[in-house]
Amino acid sequence: MEFFVIKLVLVLIVFLVSLGVAAYSTYAERKIAAFLQDRIGPDRAGPFGLLQPLADGLKMFMKEEIIPTHADKFLFILGPCIMMMTASMTGVIIPWGHGLEINGSFYPVQITDINIGILYVFGVVSIGVYGIMIGGWASNNKYSLMGAIRASSQMISYELAMGMAIIALIMTTGTLSVREIVEQQHGIHWNIFTQPLGVILFIVCAFAECNRTPFDLPECETELVGGYHTEYSSMKLGFYLFAEYINMFISAAIISSLYFGGYNFPFIDQLGLSPNMLSMLGTIIFFGKIFFFIFFFMWVRWTIPRFRYDQLMHLGWRIMIPLAIVNILGTGVYVLFKNGQLHF
Amino acid sequence: MQLTNRSKVVVNKEMTFAEKIYLPAVLSGLAITIKHLFKKSATIKYPEQTRPVSENYRGMHVLKRDEQGRENCTACGLCAVACPAEAITMTSAERKKGEDHLYREEKYAEVYEINMLRCIFCGLCEEACPKEAIFLTDRLVPSDFVRTNFIYGKDKLLEGTSAELRVDVSKRINAHRKL
Amino acid sequence: MNPSLPFFVLATLSVFSALMVVLSRKPVHSVLYLIFCFFTIGGHYLLLNAQFLFAVHIIVYAGAIMVLFLFTLMFINMNKELEPHKSNLLKGAATIAAGCLLLVLVAITKGAETLPAISKSSDIGTVSNLGKALYGQYLLPFELISILLLTAMVGAVMLGKKDVE
Repeated sequence: MEFFVIKLVLVLIVFLVSLGVAAYSTYAERKIAAFLQDRIGPDRAGPFGLLQPLADGLKMFMKEEIIPTHADKFLFILGPCIMMMTASMTGVIIPWGHGLEINGSFYPVQITDINIGILYVFGVVSIGVYGIMIGGWASNNKYSLMGAIRASSQMISYELAMGMAIIALIMTTGTLSVREIVEQQHGIHWNIFTQPLGVILFIVCAFAECNRTPFDLPECETELVGGYHTEYSSMKLGFYLFAEYINMFISAAIISSLYFGGYNFPFIDQLGLSPNMLSMLGTIIFFGKIFFFIFFFMWVRWTIPRFRYDQLMHLGWRIMIPLAIVNILGTGVYVLFKNGQLHF
Repeated sequence: MQLTNRSKVVVNKEMTFAEKIYLPAVLSGLAITIKHLFKKSATIKYPEQTRPVSENYRGMHVLKRDEQGRENCTACGLCAVACPAEAITMTSAERKKGEDHLYREEKYAEVYEINMLRCIFCGLCEEACPKEAIFLTDRLVPSDFVRTNFIYGKDKLLEGTSAELRVDVSKRINAHRKL
Repeated sequence: MNPSLPFFVLATLSVFSALMVVLSRKPVHSVLYLIFCFFTIGGHYLLLNAQFLFAVHIIVYAGAIMVLFLFTLMFINMNKELEPHKSNLLKGAATIAAGCLLLVLVAITKGAETLPAISKSSDIGTVSNLGKALYGQYLLPFELISILLLTAMVGAVMLGKKDVE
């Protein structure tokens, strides 16, 4: 019983935190865009415009709800639901902190640590495509369909390279569990130092999976009106946009826990603090890393222009995948060498 | 013939390896954008702050009164004739007994309208006016949601009688004198 | 609670969705029911403690192959007018063929109740056990399958290549 209560509270916290972070990501996106373009950004709602996400959310709720006449009604509603559901499901396996020891029992700050670990994320992300595809198709609109098709082909293409980048990582860590991967990176033994190429591949693929610039072809305004969510209005559109920001938050969390040490930080043993304090400090640092990567996502968005579609496919299939295979081979040699099984 | 040394000859040459892997170019781009994060923003928060304007700035019109608070305009129609955008219309009326404190001349404009969507703020009405009744000021025409609201009548154009409601046009007169 | 209750719920759902694949009028709905069917089958894997198989099943079948199915179906404009007319003879032949298939399938499952029950130990389907089995006991078939896939891939590349005269 106690187990369920703790897990339920954790689920609730993770869900609310990811919603909160996503809401303030929209604000951060606008602010950072403004700062990078020498502007001020939203600053009217509350001090420094801090209430802007609330105002935006309220606006979304108040907007008229439109379902096109020839749209498939059920699927039209199902699309954003799947998108939102898959976006909020991925946070389950991320270890947000080492864990707290209260009254002699240990409580890890993670909802569950399943042994397929990172594969679970892949499964859920691959379901997320359906949210876009179903929504785009059910809208019964050319632009939506084009956006949906672009999204699905892009996500399938980059999922391959992403999976291969992960395979190389798993070869060095020897486990699929995200928690164990993070624990192995104790101190400054971060995976970025053993997998420099893998990091670049993974981050590029994460951009593509989140449909962020320079890979935002599914919703590029200049070509496709609004892409797959052209016909959506009100909170259904809000769900799509919101899910995108949650995805960004989760991928930032995954990048930082797989390659950048998660809740570990340098000189963790030299501080001489109690384990509980260290764990809390670790969580704060983990969130610092996550926010840095969210900032990085936005920074890149306002720097690099969008790819052309053929360039996107060229990059995905003819550069990323061969590079990922080379990375796997190189990692194989490295692992053998490290284990002393390779003799020259 | 080369006019400036800024022109660049476009060549479709093979990219070098450093260019092909994109990353150096991406990183230099990121460096450029991050520099802008620390630059001063160019925004002017309009209703609270305003941009400085030149002395002879031509903004929203004002219909002047004289020192005793009487309207200067005599509805001669010269401004309407001078207006290249045909934005000004007026209806004249005769001054009645007992209205001496309201209108300076025997004839006055009962209706005086400027369509601010047509107006090009050229200032010809001001130059045409023989009575120093209309001036362009450094005020801006505020935005609105309805087009009909941009037809400004005397209620919006005429300055008030009290000292604080008067619109200062001395700068504008000085600018004229300089010309 | 009956321990086999989850199984029966999942089984009902998978049979229902499989039927709906055939019965639903819109092709896109059929594909979506098929995806749902894959999920329920994935649930069966989970009941058998085969989490890795579950994840791979979802990623590969539901996440990649069905996306391609849906992808193609979205391009095809299928409606009543364009549907080719099928003669009654064809319909009868199809029914008989499908009936024969059903007979064969039922005949196969007839002997299934004598099979030994799968051990319920919790680590049977874990990645490490599966890896040991694939790269130890079943190394040769595994490698042969990878060669088969490689051949298929080369074939696909050959088909996709432009003719160079």
